[in-house]
Amino acid sequence: MFNYTFHWNQALRALPQMLDGALVTLQIALLSMAIGLACAIALTLFRLSGNRILGGFATAWVEIARNTPALFQIYMAHFGLGNFGIHLSPYTALLVGIAFNNAGYLAENFRGALKAIPDTQTRAARSLGMTSLQAFRYIVLPQMLRIAFLPATNQMVWAILMTSLGVTVGMNTDLAGVTQELNARSFRTFEFFALAAVIYYVIAKAVTLAARLFAARMFRY
Amino acid sequence: MIEIENVRKSFGQLEVLKGINLTVPKGEVLTVIGGSGSGKSTLLTCINGLETIDSGRIVVDGTDVHAKGTDLNKLRRKLGIVFQQFNAFPHLTVLENVTLAPRKVLGLSKAEADAIAVKQLTHVGLGDKLKVYPSRLSGGQQQRMAIARALAMSPDYMLFDEVTSALDPQLVGEVLDTLRLLASEGMTMICVTHEMKFAREVSDRVAFFHKGVMAEIAPPDELFGAPKDPDLRQFLAATH
Repeated sequence: MFNYTFHWNQALRALPQMLDGALVTLQIALLSMAIGLACAIALTLFRLSGNRILGGFATAWVEIARNTPALFQIYMAHFGLGNFGIHLSPYTALLVGIAFNNAGYLAENFRGALKAIPDTQTRAARSLGMTSLQAFRYIVLPQMLRIAFLPATNQMVWAILMTSLGVTVGMNTDLAGVTQELNARSFRTFEFFALAAVIYYVIAKAVTLAARLFAARMFRY
Repeated sequence: MIEIENVRKSFGQLEVLKGINLTVPKGEVLTVIGGSGSGKSTLLTCINGLETIDSGRIVVDGTDVHAKGTDLNKLRRKLGIVFQQFNAFPHLTVLENVTLAPRKVLGLSKAEADAIAVKQLTHVGLGDKLKVYPSRLSGGQQQRMAIARALAMSPDYMLFDEVTSALDPQLVGEVLDTLRLLASEGMTMICVTHEMKFAREVSDRVAFFHKGVMAEIAPPDELFGAPKDPDLRQFLAATH
């Protein structure tokens, strides 16, 4: 009933190739977080602006990003935009899709963090003669970043794992793509994907750990 | 000098200040007493422009607080205010809490601001807590830090809004001692308070607010010794 022979050597020989793929994975995740963060800040400001068009745009973005499958978001970036003559490479489409998703979640995270800071903090800052911009910059923002930081770390881990969806749009240079190609040549599915899973796990754990250490240094109060 | 002329203020349907007239000269210690909702705290936040007024005028050293062109940020430098809730900035150390505004608003160097902050914090008895975060302080210590923070801007006037109301009873004394110290040094102060003994002891004048009206104002011996307003008599009977 169980007569499968493991061929770990084959997988281990491919390890350097897979690690190269892991670097691409990490690169996409980091880039998508950077773009996502920038967009999330803009979306947060849009929602605070009181402008109905900007606010509506931001709310629509957040709603779609958070309530539809990430796979569809990446599909849309590659095949959906393709229908309109906008052709993104698998790499770019994956990056755009994940950044879109990141921005939605991070914007919601920022909004929650902002709400968590009592108005009295701004009031106290203003009563000392600070302008509203100074009160935001020196009093609200630093506290907001602390509250938003750990949830943003979770999003970073989620972004790393989401990169594996790239195989569906023909991405073949990241960890999932490389693994999929090795699998197609050897049919050693279990060994290759188990090894890839371990690499994903190690990257995700390393990011979480690094974020904790960073937070412990940064937010000492 | 703070001049308050016929100031009215409503929150929705509720009129909380119904035509207040009051002048506080330099060097005076004025305490304001009265029940909850009598409008006394609102008056303080109107004086430094944190709240708008509906009509009337508040003039601080010749500057009309609520006039259109008034630079409130500049005006607030001379009006220190301390709130019932201490409003410590939790992400900054005690020293940083006090130096932030002098550095960013007055443009002082770090060394200059540090020197002022150390002096003010020592003054309120927190000279040994400079590097500590506010979460490590007791309520009384946080409130004294808030006082030092306001004093570091070298204000000409200090407004105290029920600064002991949120404190445990055993911590009230240390904050009142700080206020006594300031009063003895000649700081112009308006203190909204529920501490009758304190009001009696430090004030030059005491004002009694009732339902948005300043019902009586007099030197403490007179106001507490021979209250004329019937509501004040009732209030004093209830608080003694």
